[in-house]
Amino acid sequence: MASRTMFDKVWDLHVVADLGGDMALLHADRILVHDLSGARALGALLEQGLEVRNPELCFAAPDHTVTTNPATGGIGNFHETCVRPLQDLTAQGKIRHFGLGDKGFGILHVIGPEQGITLPGTTVVCGDSHTCTHGGMGALAWGIGVSELVHALATQTVMQRKPKRMRVNFDGLLPDWLSAKDLILHVIGREGAASGDGYAVEYAGAPIRNLSVEARLTLCNLSIEMGAKVGMIAPDDIIYQYLSGRPYAPVGADWDRALAVWGELASDSEAAFDAEVNVPIDDLAPHISWGTSPEHTIAVTDRIPDPADEADLDRRQALSAAQEYIGLNPGAPIEGTPVDWVFIGSCTNSRLSDFAEAARVVEGRKVSEGVRAWAVPGSEAVKAEVEAAGLHRVLEAAGVEWRLPGCSLCVGANGETVPAGQRCVSTSNRNFVGRQGKGSRTHLASPAMAAAAAVTGQITDVRKLMG
Amino acid sequence: MQKFTSLSAVAAPLPEKNVNTDIIIPIKRLVGTERGTLGEFAFEPWRYGADGRPNPNFVLNQPRYAGAEILIAGTNFACGSSREGAVWALNEFGIRALMAPSFGAIFFNNCFQSGVLPIVLDDAIIDDFMIQAREVVAGSEFNIDLERQIVTSPDGTTVTFETESFRREALLAGLDDLGMTMKRIGDIDAFQAADRDARPWIYGLQHKV
Repeated sequence: MASRTMFDKVWDLHVVADLGGDMALLHADRILVHDLSGARALGALLEQGLEVRNPELCFAAPDHTVTTNPATGGIGNFHETCVRPLQDLTAQGKIRHFGLGDKGFGILHVIGPEQGITLPGTTVVCGDSHTCTHGGMGALAWGIGVSELVHALATQTVMQRKPKRMRVNFDGLLPDWLSAKDLILHVIGREGAASGDGYAVEYAGAPIRNLSVEARLTLCNLSIEMGAKVGMIAPDDIIYQYLSGRPYAPVGADWDRALAVWGELASDSEAAFDAEVNVPIDDLAPHISWGTSPEHTIAVTDRIPDPADEADLDRRQALSAAQEYIGLNPGAPIEGTPVDWVFIGSCTNSRLSDFAEAARVVEGRKVSEGVRAWAVPGSEAVKAEVEAAGLHRVLEAAGVEWRLPGCSLCVGANGETVPAGQRCVSTSNRNFVGRQGKGSRTHLASPAMAAAAAVTGQITDVRKLMG
Repeated sequence: MQKFTSLSAVAAPLPEKNVNTDIIIPIKRLVGTERGTLGEFAFEPWRYGADGRPNPNFVLNQPRYAGAEILIAGTNFACGSSREGAVWALNEFGIRALMAPSFGAIFFNNCFQSGVLPIVLDDAIIDDFMIQAREVVAGSEFNIDLERQIVTSPDGTTVTFETESFRREALLAGLDDLGMTMKRIGDIDAFQAADRDARPWIYGLQHKV
């Protein structure tokens, strides 16, 4: 067979029917269901008198609307309207539901890998654009709408147009205090929020091979912010070791057979990509977003761009509008910008290593007066790991609030929001207008950079703080 | 699902690039709300001022674009969140077709589930259409013919566009994806039967933990 990319190999494994042109009907190996799109889709399915075709391949959790306030047990304003309906509908549909109080509960993009639900070479779909996160495991994973989700639940398939293939090649050694978050923010800032439109992206290069599973998930999580519905990393021993023994991971002879298949998934050396992007990383500084699109990202050592430097009128106006919303001036250094809030969490950065990194920065320091800092674990399992390591005590001693798992301040669907006009350094994935609450101002950064902002009260180059 | 065959309508220009679906419909409008009530919230952050009154500067509030059924948009329109409510809000507002250099990929698929037609056209054509839409004399319309895959602009320019034949047939017939796949259940049964042998670890997951 001709040389193929990893994307093509996984795609080919799942074609149920060729629909002509570039369209295919693909098998969905895993369907993830949450309390907004998922409950809506399940409701619509059952209303039409249809059934969930393969309930054993579907998994649910009410991650979006649970409250993360420790005093509540997760029961908040949307418990009756969103959380309970998901519980009821998944019971009707016979779907495994990781509800509040379940030790497997968490953000779907955290618990998928954690439970061994997400495996290399699988297709994973969910009514959530950050489903691309699972690509870090070597899965072909992407977000779908409610109607596509109804379709998937009813038929265990998704209708898709085959995207083009892009490879992002990282080269060099990851500098101290840089993380996967900085790498992907750098790519989006350099290439643009539309640069991945129409592509499935594979991340490759020696620095990627050294990344932990959690870092790979972070990297793939932001693929959609460059326009790519799919981001993937070839699986390797780091992934296999992580998966071995997890609740839903294969065992025995199945594990051996799976390993044999997974070992063949990497792109062939001769495989051709429609686009290649090369990213040297040796000299990178930590990155942070300044505006209202993830492409509005610069190194923390840089200055806010001046719209006057833009030749294109529409682009100039867009930069000006973003600066007006975010309340920053052209040409000003981003470092030193005062902040009101810090959020460490979301499907991007809410895993053990993220809190360990934040704890290293805040240890022996105090959250700056007037700053509210939240640490929101991605799952009950992460929460337990962090607490077993005593890291939550480090965070709490510094004045960081250690909360319950959920999507929380990333999107504010549960009512937890940043007040209008206030500025938040956030480890989440979107700095859109109003994303963290009406009028909120978001700066995307790594957990280390967020922690540095928390203890200094301003946007700070974490490398300076940590010597 | 409503069919899409052809459409003659006023087009509103929205040149901003990377317009995200949080702008098209904020998340709080999708929590515990019903379809059919979203039209008034389409583009809510831009369409209304802080006082809740219509923002007169926003294109869809301008009288000459009243009744616009087509949106001419910038690159990467409707990027970001997968929320299908973005399509529902636009459609309930009255938008039936969109033209842009590119679309958010999840939004693009979502359009076809509601009989909304997203048309990808070259930057230069979109730029020209934006100008024509801005200079429009009252009542002049763009015409979209899906069967022939042709857009005719107010000055009489015609351009062709491409849609997957599969998607085109479905829109013309008013069929969403599910309607078509239900005819292929046999294919799915056959795939899974063979796949259970090839990849047994994918299936038979018991409720664990």
